[in-house]
Amino acid sequence: MARAGAGTGAAGLKDATAVVGIGETPFAKQLPDSEKTLACRAILAALDDAGIAPAEVDALASYTMEETDEVEVAKAVGFGDLSFFSKVGFGGGGSCATVAHLASAVATGQATVGVAWRSRKRGSGPRPWKNTAVQLPTPAQWTRPFGLLRPADEIAMLTRRYLHEYGATRDHLFNVALACRNRANQNPAAMMYERPLTRDMYMTSRWISEPLCLFDNCLETDGALACVIVSAERARDCRRRPVYVHSAAQGLPAQHHGMVNYWNDDPLTGPAWTAARHLWKQADFTPEDVDVAQIYDAFTPLIPLSLEGYGFCGRGEGGAFTEGGALEIGGRLPLNTSGGGLSEAYVHGFNLINEGVKQLRGTSTAQVPGAATCLVTAGEGVPTSALLLRN
Amino acid sequence: MLTPVVDDDGAPFWEYAARSELRVQACAEPGCGELRFPPRPCCPHCHSFDSEWRRMSGRGRIWSYVIPHPPLLPDYAAQAPYNVIVVELADAPRIRLVGNLVSGPDAALNSVAAERIRIGARVQVVFGTGGGDGRDGFRLPRWVLERP
Repeated sequence: MARAGAGTGAAGLKDATAVVGIGETPFAKQLPDSEKTLACRAILAALDDAGIAPAEVDALASYTMEETDEVEVAKAVGFGDLSFFSKVGFGGGGSCATVAHLASAVATGQATVGVAWRSRKRGSGPRPWKNTAVQLPTPAQWTRPFGLLRPADEIAMLTRRYLHEYGATRDHLFNVALACRNRANQNPAAMMYERPLTRDMYMTSRWISEPLCLFDNCLETDGALACVIVSAERARDCRRRPVYVHSAAQGLPAQHHGMVNYWNDDPLTGPAWTAARHLWKQADFTPEDVDVAQIYDAFTPLIPLSLEGYGFCGRGEGGAFTEGGALEIGGRLPLNTSGGGLSEAYVHGFNLINEGVKQLRGTSTAQVPGAATCLVTAGEGVPTSALLLRN
Repeated sequence: MLTPVVDDDGAPFWEYAARSELRVQACAEPGCGELRFPPRPCCPHCHSFDSEWRRMSGRGRIWSYVIPHPPLLPDYAAQAPYNVIVVELADAPRIRLVGNLVSGPDAALNSVAAERIRIGARVQVVFGTGGGDGRDGFRLPRWVLERP
């Protein structure tokens, strides 16, 4: 097998590690288990999927917003001695970076078996924007007093400008919502499995923050997911077909301001552009070679922005890219084939990682025939991260 | 209503706003003078820690806007749907401020009909209590149409 292995220099990460196990709990508006219990269930399911004992785990990675910490998880599920643990900031921007950090740790010999996880009761728990006690002074002092309160409001502001500058329309945003919903309708585990979406439903739904309506916003979900990363060599002995981490990148652009990115020269080119430059620089293939994409979809406009950022089309062309069924199975770039955050579950994008693995194993409920390469992205609009996976 | 949670870097902005002055932080290094927003300890261009607060004309154009609908925090839900706008300053188009388009300094967040808001519309700053009772001493920069 011509995998590079744990080499040196710029090629050090390429195909050196693989995702060999994935696990997840059911997804619902409300689950009875605690976040800690859900985390344990997802992690044990992922290790069982890989055929690796919990005692072999020596590395962990999660989000800074994750509320089940390493100590609690490790002692609950019986991990071995941990030699690497990291947490990544910026909410959903950290999803792919959890895998990237573990891949780096394994590729450089700091650990041998890594577990990344996210457990969140966002469905039945509090909405973070309702918390007025922990307002961050920057940038909240410049936005919240004026009633720009929620992530939906902050992204809607960029969306209005995007529609204005490029002539994109709500129909383009609907194309995104519809593609995700159609895939969820094929996925029995998706929260929207039995809930088809029509253009009429979309166009007449209630507003959340104009120009974004209800169906432009992701779900609110209780659930947990995890995955297991080992070296390419070890992966060959695991239970499932390895899915290699071909390239990984984080992105925090110069003079970036987070989700309220209104204060630099070019607010409509965000972290995706930065992550993409590094991601493709390390890769053996190009956007044209991507068979299926799992793009972070807390809000529909993040898809056209990300399509531009990751190089699937030119600047301002992300809306038009969605036309003609491009995001559907059989289209130019099948998108979020489990239903994504919009229609499967919103667990800070971790379901996009697991779905990318399923596609490259050939086990998705909306399988792209012969899928060999997959882009997975984390949240655009905040410091972000992305993965190129291959089988 | 939420009042600004101020940090050291942002405090002068709010002190000037309380005197109905719109000022933006600028590098005080001779030969640099770059404006920056939000305020921060040093100049990202020349790295000087010396700064001054430069008075703006208070004229600008609407760069983008949203119309939030519930669910919202109670004081905001009571005025919803209302507008939030981003204004690019005439004096410094790269400097943009989040605010509200209102019919007057102390008017409600929903005092201008959403249909009247356009990207590119010229606006002028006014200072008001932002719908609060004003007892906290804060005055927020708010915006009225130049041609109502």
